[in-house]
Amino acid sequence: MQPKLYTEDTIAAIATPPGKGAIGVIKISGEEAFSILKKIFKPFKPREKFESHKLYYGFIVNPRDSKIIDEVLVVYMKKPKTYTREDVVEIYAHSGYYILKKILELVFFAGARPAQPGEFTLRAYLNGRIDLSQAEAIQELIYAKTETALNLALNNLLGKLSEKINILREKLMEILVQVESAIDFPEEDIEILEPENLSIKIKKEILPIIESFIKNYEEGKIYKEGISLVIAGKPNVGKSSLMNALLKEERAIVTPVPGTTRDFLEEEATIEGLPVKLIDTAGLRETEDIVEKIGVERAKKKFKEADLILFLVDVSKPPSEEDFQIYQEVKNFPHLVLLNKIDIIPNYLEIWKEKLLEWKIENFLEISVKEHINLDKLTKNIFEKITSERATEIPEIVPNLRQKLALEKAKEFLLNALKEIEKPNPLPELIAIEIRGALSSLSEIIGEVTTEDLLSQIFSTFCIGK
Amino acid sequence: MKIGVIFNIKTNPLGRMKLGMIFLDNFDVIVIGAGHAGIEACLAASRMGCKTLLITVNLERIGAMSCNPSIGGIGKGHLVKEIDALGGEMALAIDETGIQFRKLNTKKGPAVRATRAQADRFRYQERMKRILERVPNLYIKQGLVTRLLIKDKKIIGVETKAKEQFGAKTVVIAPGTFLHGLIHIGLEHFPAGRMGDPPSNKLAENLKELGFELGRFKTGTCARLDGRTIDYSKLEIQWGDFPPPLFSFKNKGKRPPLPQVPCFITYTTEKTHKIIKNALDRSPLFTGKIKGRGVRYCPSIEDKVFRFPDKERHQIFIEPEGLDTIEVYPNGISTSLPIDVQWEMIRSIPGLEKAEILRPGYGIEHDYVNPVQIKHSLETKLISGLFFAGQINGTTGYEEAAAQGLIAGINAALYVKEEEPLILDRSQAYIGVLIDDLVTKGTDEPYRMFTSRAEYRLLLREDNADLRLTEIGRKLGLVDDKRWSLYLDKKEKLQKITQFLKETKISPSFINAYLEKIGSTPLKTGIRLYELLRRPEVEIQALVDLIPELKEYSSDILSEVETEIKYSGYIEKQLREVEKFKKLESMKLPEDLNYYEIPGLSNEMREKFSRIRPTSIGQAMRIPGVTPAAISAIQIHLKKHYSSED
Repeated sequence: MQPKLYTEDTIAAIATPPGKGAIGVIKISGEEAFSILKKIFKPFKPREKFESHKLYYGFIVNPRDSKIIDEVLVVYMKKPKTYTREDVVEIYAHSGYYILKKILELVFFAGARPAQPGEFTLRAYLNGRIDLSQAEAIQELIYAKTETALNLALNNLLGKLSEKINILREKLMEILVQVESAIDFPEEDIEILEPENLSIKIKKEILPIIESFIKNYEEGKIYKEGISLVIAGKPNVGKSSLMNALLKEERAIVTPVPGTTRDFLEEEATIEGLPVKLIDTAGLRETEDIVEKIGVERAKKKFKEADLILFLVDVSKPPSEEDFQIYQEVKNFPHLVLLNKIDIIPNYLEIWKEKLLEWKIENFLEISVKEHINLDKLTKNIFEKITSERATEIPEIVPNLRQKLALEKAKEFLLNALKEIEKPNPLPELIAIEIRGALSSLSEIIGEVTTEDLLSQIFSTFCIGK
Repeated sequence: MKIGVIFNIKTNPLGRMKLGMIFLDNFDVIVIGAGHAGIEACLAASRMGCKTLLITVNLERIGAMSCNPSIGGIGKGHLVKEIDALGGEMALAIDETGIQFRKLNTKKGPAVRATRAQADRFRYQERMKRILERVPNLYIKQGLVTRLLIKDKKIIGVETKAKEQFGAKTVVIAPGTFLHGLIHIGLEHFPAGRMGDPPSNKLAENLKELGFELGRFKTGTCARLDGRTIDYSKLEIQWGDFPPPLFSFKNKGKRPPLPQVPCFITYTTEKTHKIIKNALDRSPLFTGKIKGRGVRYCPSIEDKVFRFPDKERHQIFIEPEGLDTIEVYPNGISTSLPIDVQWEMIRSIPGLEKAEILRPGYGIEHDYVNPVQIKHSLETKLISGLFFAGQINGTTGYEEAAAQGLIAGINAALYVKEEEPLILDRSQAYIGVLIDDLVTKGTDEPYRMFTSRAEYRLLLREDNADLRLTEIGRKLGLVDDKRWSLYLDKKEKLQKITQFLKETKISPSFINAYLEKIGSTPLKTGIRLYELLRRPEVEIQALVDLIPELKEYSSDILSEVETEIKYSGYIEKQLREVEKFKKLESMKLPEDLNYYEIPGLSNEMREKFSRIRPTSIGQAMRIPGVTPAAISAIQIHLKKHYSSED
């Protein structure tokens, strides 16, 4: 059965994350929000009326036995000036799994139903408070793992992307006005831009902006979605320790990703402000064992997907054929070579260095995971390596995947339009089809149909009419 | 003609007559108004076998061209060809009475090429009257309808000023500018339906009483000049095409019967603009006397001068009004300025320095009914059996009116026969675009057709209007045997030539000399003709000399198939879009849907949907201001409340 989305009923959910904190918030939205509040809330000073957007102090009381559940602050916000554009109630209770759960149960008992994930935002979108790109920005905001990602999401929420897309749409409309006027008013004494000028407009004023957004997606992706960092090396060179060290180093919130294969361990961390997925490829070596062989193939696949591979060797032991074999797999992808365990003395560091020369490796970093030697240098190197091939500045506006695909579609339409314009006898009706295609692709980004009246623009631009 | 006053009290659907009323015969269809809409409506209905009555205020003005004497143009020519393919009259009439024919946009692609003709407007009127007088089942009467007779929200007849009552199962109202018509010349104004005819005020009031929401539009026309007083030596001459491109598919390859004459071009001057600017305080438009919204496509000269002050000159076409008259129409200077200003202004124009005005230009305001109050069939939502066509629905233009008249006449007849109405969709015809725009978006300015209004412009061409619509016309009984056999022949030839081009391979040695001559890349291996013709520079006409098999086809067939080939990639794309469109159109919205029960719709949206009552999700999406979010809300609601029932 499909989940019941968006009906007139009132929805409620705990709005704060699980875990210990001083305050937990329960949010209620819909027609019944206020009457539900009245059923379970007893204000400190008895009152019938509640003013909108004001905090009230009082108690949550179980209407079944009049028992006090918690001491709370509540606010009632009358529509339409609310998040969902419906009546909204928020209850600020003491945080604690049991208390919040108990209050939520009372809210359900009083007439609300549990909100689906994202349903508050969905209502905001359906009620026309935000456009599609803003709705997506809210999701991004919630899932932002770093400050940069947060800022990018915030920019989109503020409508910066929509704003830019609207400017592009206006420019395309100007071009369409020219093309359509040439078609519909051939007998009029009006000056219409020559095809060359249209092509210049598209090439100089529109395509570069679309292309820059597409590029921003690629560059900004690492800030929003993070990078994947694969640790490679033969067993017992210190891969797991390095992983733990990188995790600890940044004191990141560690959330084990469920469903990890038995071959890999994946953890999320933050390195120099970048969200990072760390992958430990335990047990990588050439093998005859079939089960292990599958593992090796999988590891090679991970190399391909990785943004960066950390290739780790143990200098307390002499270089081996196995090290070399793994390096052969790694060297074709972006990687850093790390000489680990330099704290153990004596070691084979000098022999390793000779070997590296032989393997034509010029850049490497000597570290000790155990003694935390050069780990700060390592994180800096990782950051530099990741960002060196990208723009030095973080782009202001970064579209998400859906938006990028729409931008690519718009670009394709425009390239087709240019192809037609540059023919010896361009057909305006075909140019118009492509421009209209580009316009509707751009409109998809903000989830808006093009409602601009093309004709009003034609008439305000040209004096038409015999 | 058998028109008789038949007392038929037994079958009188109106019940007992009031004292002093004369009840006359019962009709299947009554058409009010004999303009371009009324003509097509009454012809379609009577040709479909309905006993039809046409009532007009003036029998001398059937098919009058009250504005410029021309038919067709971009978008409009498309409409005329569609009317023709469905068995309408307009194309045949203009072919017979046209005195100049041109194809516009010939340098652009075939989809946006269109035909336009200058008419001998007196002969056009005579010709229309002659046809109407000879069609079986059609009765014509002069009279002014003052009241609609209605019982239980159903039309049952009309009443005239002379208190005659006519019973009818359906009524088509096509009153043009007559509803509360008010003519302005300078600050003078007087009630009139058009210069020389009384307005139709009672009917307008009656419509209002019945609950129709009326609006006010303004249109205008130019002064008519004495052609003998024009110095043509100062003007640019513009001839028609040779051979003249006729409109009707029945007249393919024929020549127009009337001699062909030129038009002339001149321009306004700075002096003209100064005269106009100085007189704006005596303009009914600028002093606020005229309240109706004007046509943006045909603005008055004062409007053009005011809105585009930087434009140094405005173009004027001097068009003959007919072969036997001295009257000419200076197209481009429609005005409602006072008569003395008209004189001064016209005489400031090169070539018109000594021009004599025969009839002054004037502005006219009239009532219209916001077309969201009618259905796609053109039947009103309020009163069953009552149809509106033409300017009453907020359109401007003879062709737009005729297209609606045809559909209203057809649907009135189908209503009588208790059959489903004919509704052409946006992918089938410009007529479909026109009506869908009107009933979906309404209009707050006079609506004129442009090709840019059609999403599937490459599919809706003048040249294939017959392929799109003849079969529909035949099923309705409007396409005669001659037209039908021409259509079948064209279809067969197209199939044959397409097959030939797809199957015939040509070798490099055969074609490379030609390709090199036209600067096209020579072939390395053999290629099918169909593929070769995809090249924009390769013209099928040029291949006729090389490939004798092509000689058996007329140039129309050749260019038709060439269009399909040259556009083919795009046509396929548009066809895919049409499929998507049809899918959305097929997602029907229940007629009784209560939009106030749908959560998540703003009140504005609820009002909009309740007023327009879209028949499908597709139509709902086209309503201006409707957001995708609102559409989602409707779909979610439907899923919840309706899907479980089936």
